[in-house]
Amino acid sequence: MTTAHEPASDTGAPPAQLTEREQIAQLARATAVASPMAEPAPEPTFAEGVRAYVQRVRAGDIGSLPAVLGLVVLFVLFSSLRPETFPSPINIANLIVQASSIIVLAMGLTFVLLLGDIDLSAGVAGGASAGVMASTISVLGAPWYLAVLAGLLTGLVIGTLIGLLVARVGIPSFVVTLAFFLGLQGVTLRLIGQGGTVPVRDPVIVQIANGNVPIVLGWVLTILAAALYAGLTIRRWLGQRRRGLTRDNGGLVIARAVGVAAALVALTAVLSQNRARVPSIVLAGMPWSVPLIAVLLVVLTVVLGRTSYGRHVYAVGGSAEAARRAGISVPAIRVSVFMIGSTLAAVSGIIEASRLNSVTPGSGAGNQLLLGVGAAVIGGTSLFGGKGKVSNAVIGGLVVATITNGLGLLGQPSYVNFLVTGGVLLLAATVDAVSRRRRSSAAI
Amino acid sequence: MSEPASPTSPATTPLLSLRGVDKSFGAVQVLHGVDLDVHAGQVTALVGDNGAGKSTLVKCVAGIYTTDAGEYSFDGRPVQISGPKDTAALGIEVVYQDLALADNLDIVQNMFLGRERKKGGLLDETSMEELARQTLASLSVRTVRSVRQLVSSLSGGQRQTVAIAKAVLWNSRVVLLDEPTAALGVAQTRQVLDLVRRLADNGLGVVLISHNLNDVFEVADTITALYLGRVAATVRTRDVTSSQVVELITAGRSGDLGAAPASASATA
Ligand SMILES: Nc1ncnc2c1ncn2[C@@H]1O[C@H](COP(=O)(O)OP(=O)(O)O)[C@@H](O)[C@H]1O
Ligand SMILES: [Mg+2]
Repeated sequence: MTTAHEPASDTGAPPAQLTEREQIAQLARATAVASPMAEPAPEPTFAEGVRAYVQRVRAGDIGSLPAVLGLVVLFVLFSSLRPETFPSPINIANLIVQASSIIVLAMGLTFVLLLGDIDLSAGVAGGASAGVMASTISVLGAPWYLAVLAGLLTGLVIGTLIGLLVARVGIPSFVVTLAFFLGLQGVTLRLIGQGGTVPVRDPVIVQIANGNVPIVLGWVLTILAAALYAGLTIRRWLGQRRRGLTRDNGGLVIARAVGVAAALVALTAVLSQNRARVPSIVLAGMPWSVPLIAVLLVVLTVVLGRTSYGRHVYAVGGSAEAARRAGISVPAIRVSVFMIGSTLAAVSGIIEASRLNSVTPGSGAGNQLLLGVGAAVIGGTSLFGGKGKVSNAVIGGLVVATITNGLGLLGQPSYVNFLVTGGVLLLAATVDAVSRRRRSSAAI
Repeated sequence: MSEPASPTSPATTPLLSLRGVDKSFGAVQVLHGVDLDVHAGQVTALVGDNGAGKSTLVKCVAGIYTTDAGEYSFDGRPVQISGPKDTAALGIEVVYQDLALADNLDIVQNMFLGRERKKGGLLDETSMEELARQTLASLSVRTVRSVRQLVSSLSGGQRQTVAIAKAVLWNSRVVLLDEPTAALGVAQTRQVLDLVRRLADNGLGVVLISHNLNDVFEVADTITALYLGRVAATVRTRDVTSSQVVELITAGRSGDLGAAPASASATA
């Protein structure tokens, strides 16, 4: 995606690259003292690989481990309490649709959190964007794609304004987005009117959360995704081994690819079962939001992990001063994360509008933001910046949605839901703070 | 420069040469007509009391500050410097006193920060890791276990090593180090000094700022002493004693060295 400016931003033309390598090789020959860096990196054994992981976890680099364990515990718990409803295919499909908008919101918040900033307006930005989208259809009669574009642009504009106020004017993000949290609710209220509702009936938009991918296509996508993941990771590992670079144990790489494939296949298998309550119709296949989230996950993971831009986001989050001295424009990075955050909030708002078939003045205003931030942090993204992944948002979003869904099935009043979700967020933030302390004390 | 008393550098053209640099912050003039020569293959120590203007001079060399007056030449040719990008293009790198590394990134990621290598629009991790390893190997770094370690897991000496390796990665020809050993223990200081010497032995021009005269005498070929923003003297290390340098630092002169009429800096 950055292909357009790649040649310009590269440090040197190919010939210069050669001489540089030659010079370094010369330096290496000229100095006789042995360095371990002159030898190819050794491959860790399987046991060493596992031990290294355990050590990283002990040192506070826990990633999404608590969230994964939490998800397993929650599934076991709710399945044993409500064995006939919770694990049923229809409820799993429901849960995933409920999780979708939270996951996408949390994906956007991940970028903001990576800089150590916060966007309190993300939920209502999604609501306002969805309001614009719905009104574009119902008032102007625009086709769905123009309406979606209008909604996304709304998010982009909101994010740009927030980013400029934070990065150029220098107001703390907490204050700017708190102001936007209030202001945007006013905008949505003005747009829709007190007590009003804009129905969302466009078939394409309704399909996002309510339609299902044909089963065959679902399987094709699943197998493609699993094969692609396995192929790419194994190819990368082979390249690292050939060149003697730092790499994981080969067995672990294969185990990980098998694990991902198994999870994808299991999910597709459950979602491919007929979950219609009446025998006369067939209701099966993964909701369209699943491939949507998968695409976002892949694209955003590549952006954060494999582009200069993503590297700079982590650098600014880890040490803004180091980034500045490395020639990175810190304000530009800061503006960009709010732009990405609010645009993804708009996507999230559109998914939610599709799920509920309507937009109201209160859309995105309730506990949506809490759930989004909770999802990101529960998934393992740090509130202190510099640490987090897009995949954390997916796992965290599933945890949050499972809590809401399970408590609903248990017939708990909504105050319990609030208490539990708030408590879980606090717990995740505690884990974040404690593991951060561990990380810094692990440094010598 | 044919004065018999001129104790300065060998006959070769300096790699980097500053003449008559003035620098003021508002009404306060911090540098007064400073001359500085950096020769390839040599370590030039820059010494002076706190507030003498050493860091300011380094930042002028790096292009972070613009100078009010003075000439800047590189490889014998006069050059115009308008920012850090210009000096980086000349091959001038600075290791700042407070380390400019991001804790949450690994060694390779830090060494290439802001200048990542790319292939097809995406980061070329393989070639970056290879180059980082080669650079560390060429500096004979023995204390770093893996280049994929996070910087947060490194000791102070290891971090300084990475910061220096980052500076030499870029085909650099001049490396300036601002008090690189100030926060380090004995063994770590040892590592860094060895590294500084090896850089010069590999043909780079090195400027080392340090308060520790033992270190200076161990690795430096020439010493430039700053006193209240002026060059008190530039001397060859083997021509002076430690106590003479202390006098230059604290009083601006020592015997016939320093702000004496014969001094090159006074006539320049
Ligand atoms: N950005 C600045 N603005 C104003 N004065 C400065 C600035 N930087 C340095 N100075 C002043 O310049 C003098 C030299 O500082 P510095 O170069 O940091 O000294 P050194 O590194 O030798 O200890 C000090 O008196 C300091 O207060
Ligand atoms: Mg200083």
